[in-house]
Amino acid sequence: MSSNTVINAAGREVLTNINGVESAPYAGVGKHHPAGRKYAPPIASCADYPADGNKIVGSLREALERAGLRDGMTISSHHHFRNGDLVANQVFDAAADLGARDLRWVPSAAFPCHEPIIRHLESGVIHHIEGSLNGPLGDYASSGRMRGLGVLRSHGGRYQAIQDGEVHVDIAVIAAPTSDPFGNCNGVQGPSACGGLGFALADAQYADKVIVVTDNLVPFPCVPWQIHGNLVDYVVVMDKIGEPEKIVSGTTNITKSPDRLLIAELTARFVDAAGILKDGFSFQAGAGGTALSFALFLRDMMRERRIKARFVRGGSTRYLVDMLEEGLTDYILDGQTFDLAGVQSMRDNPRHIHTNPFVSYNYHGKGNVASMVDVVVLGATEVDVQFNANVVSHSDGRLLHGIGGWQNCLFSKCTILPIPSFRDRIPVIVDQVTTLCGPGELIDVIVTERGIAINPLRRDLIDATRNAGLPIRRIEEIKAEVESLCGGAPDKPAFTDQFIAAIKWVDGTVIDMVRSVERMP
Amino acid sequence: MNSRAEAGRSGKNVRSDCLVIIERHDGPGDIVLKSKVAALYGRSIRALAGEMLTSYGLSDAHLAIDDSGALPYTLAARIETAIRRLDPAMTAEYLLPYREGIIVPSQRDRFRRSRLYLPGNDPKLAVNAGIHGADGVILDLEDSVAPAEKDAARILVRNTLREIDFMGAERMVRINQGDAGLADLNMIIPQRPNLILVPKVEDAQHLRIVHARIEELRAAHAIADEVFLMPIIESAKGAVFAYDIATAAPSVVALAIGLEDYTADIGAERTLEGRESFWMRGAVLNAARAAGIQAIDTVFSDVSDMDGLLASVREAKSLGFDGKGCIHPRQIPVVHQGFAPEKKDLDKAMNIVLAFDDAQRRGLGVVALGSKMIDPPVVKRALRNIELAVKAGLLSEHWKEENNEQ
Repeated sequence: MSSNTVINAAGREVLTNINGVESAPYAGVGKHHPAGRKYAPPIASCADYPADGNKIVGSLREALERAGLRDGMTISSHHHFRNGDLVANQVFDAAADLGARDLRWVPSAAFPCHEPIIRHLESGVIHHIEGSLNGPLGDYASSGRMRGLGVLRSHGGRYQAIQDGEVHVDIAVIAAPTSDPFGNCNGVQGPSACGGLGFALADAQYADKVIVVTDNLVPFPCVPWQIHGNLVDYVVVMDKIGEPEKIVSGTTNITKSPDRLLIAELTARFVDAAGILKDGFSFQAGAGGTALSFALFLRDMMRERRIKARFVRGGSTRYLVDMLEEGLTDYILDGQTFDLAGVQSMRDNPRHIHTNPFVSYNYHGKGNVASMVDVVVLGATEVDVQFNANVVSHSDGRLLHGIGGWQNCLFSKCTILPIPSFRDRIPVIVDQVTTLCGPGELIDVIVTERGIAINPLRRDLIDATRNAGLPIRRIEEIKAEVESLCGGAPDKPAFTDQFIAAIKWVDGTVIDMVRSVERMP
Repeated sequence: MNSRAEAGRSGKNVRSDCLVIIERHDGPGDIVLKSKVAALYGRSIRALAGEMLTSYGLSDAHLAIDDSGALPYTLAARIETAIRRLDPAMTAEYLLPYREGIIVPSQRDRFRRSRLYLPGNDPKLAVNAGIHGADGVILDLEDSVAPAEKDAARILVRNTLREIDFMGAERMVRINQGDAGLADLNMIIPQRPNLILVPKVEDAQHLRIVHARIEELRAAHAIADEVFLMPIIESAKGAVFAYDIATAAPSVVALAIGLEDYTADIGAERTLEGRESFWMRGAVLNAARAAGIQAIDTVFSDVSDMDGLLASVREAKSLGFDGKGCIHPRQIPVVHQGFAPEKKDLDKAMNIVLAFDDAQRRGLGVVALGSKMIDPPVVKRALRNIELAVKAGLLSEHWKEENNEQ
């Protein structure tokens, strides 16, 4: 163990200083108590802005220049276009043209479309990324070539970090499908409509300088104004900011796999057996194929028994939109739209509510909507016999996914992970997760095709579902069965001593670290 | 002896399988492994491959494995296939140990409502086939396997029967037609399947030959459990000789129907309503009943149309059939639902069973429901209906106790 690491409350060795910022080790759920005041951006004065409200500048490059781009600055962006984002790559192309170096990129998430960023990491324009590292960026970071540490935060954790001043954003670039020259903007209108802009809220509120980039300029006022122009410094108009059809990633279709469908059905039956499915309840199911199928099984039960939800938390898809329109839920509270039906519904249906990480997830706020949700259904790449889960790395140790809202959702009254017990020859239930992202005490149920395991801490759920005819088994039993099929327990991936990323808990503490993989397969 | 051979598959869309290439050359042997699970199971894969090469005396061969997450039994099947293709004279089998507890003896008259077809040469579907609750799982060596892959499928199916737990489903194998089917038996029967489906049976003689070969193999391998036969009638001639076929051997427990081939054989087009096969289905059903065995209907091929499937199952049930083929696991619960008694029949069955229990308790020889006498076959039918309902999840196993509590 090196001198600048400690063992945190989860038993993981973590650095106490992350990219030059003192970072507290994870202390347990609800154990870290923040002190001090929130971060505040500099005071601005109307006197420095055009009285006619026209903040348009000629180009992204000019906007960066006027915003005072310097070496070592932090630039942020949002991911509402998912894999159809056309702006982030251009921001760093422009920064490279301006000769900037050692920048820090803090996206709310990155996607395979951001592969060109690797060039800027290699050339020194970007020092490191703090945000989800997956696809080509994940492989790049896992190989140990990124200069700084990656910092992976949940959606709520990113808001918390910016609010608390852990991350100081110098320049926020907000791609907005519709904006007026003053910078009032939204994501629901225009040819590149992507839904909400909630992931850019912290950036707009706390960055020193805010640049709005749009391909659909409308005269003042742009209504609705999801982001207020009073927070915006410059507006840039370009031909095309995003490809909305690529918002729909592969994860937004119902699964066709019979095993996953069985898992989804078992999950819905479990929710019913546990007594959760009753009038006025609430649920959240993410965008994965299994979670979506779960929502459909639930929908059928709700229809049959005339049960209505009070609200459903999105990631919205056409399936949730159909439920809203059919009257199976009063509201969708939506942080991001996963398909175009979701975008349209958010624009046209007053019961489809635009939310953001502050109202949904921020752990350093006055209450947590996530903990008011009756049941949430989430994915994971690995779980261990203590119900700890990993959502960011592959079993071979490579970074694979961002955290998204996953950690935040764990606070739901009942957290269920419907996951296959193995993928090809990769057991999903292990002795100890490769990377710890969520503590087992918050994960209540694992539903696999080979049985349902309930966390022993949830006696209430065990008792409620005992006689429901569900295949309830001990997690160790499922694990042993799968390992016997796979030819024994898997070897551990080989890591080097080099840390490549920190995993933050929702309160800004460090819950785990990721090391580079010894030999990339 | 060839100098190079390969087996299995690799590629972007391949899962749970591997491509194995074996080459004989001068110089020392080696194993080159490319695997998506190299970090987790690379050592284990190399150990198995090395052991197999040694046991076949091929330690000096060059073996390349391109693995997409194949389980050990698949890996072993592909390596063995490649070795046998390298040396067609090779007959030695490489058998991994039997998994304990996966062989469940069957009974002649067990439920055969649903039987799930699995392509014999595709490993990714078999491993979890048992979790979907079918009454039977069929590892298919016939139509779903390309002619050039029959050898590979046979070896993979053999290994599957030794390794995979189908969780109480009857272990069935559909062999090939004619002599190829008899050759299949040599490798399959020692693995103790419960039932063999024999395709396109047209006369009793062929079935007698199949039966005799199975009996020979059972004796040779000291297999005590019976191996049942389910001939598939799928031609005009087969339909005419259905009764002879049903009574050809004592191990025949059911007649099944295949309509694709049959409709082509009689020169008709297969329709959803199925008027063109109505006579044939009736004929096969009647032959089966006359022989005292089960009658199993054909598959429903539109996997997305669950309403259509349910209607088709209800129709089959009303005609007297006991089961239906499934080509997708999601069809299984629908088939079970379709064969389960409807509410009024179930209520009646429950009343009859309670009356029967009451008569037993009071030592009465005659069962009466109100003023009506109940004959033993009616009681038997009621018991079967109750069992069907319990198996389809429509009725609690403890319904009698729950009935008392009310």
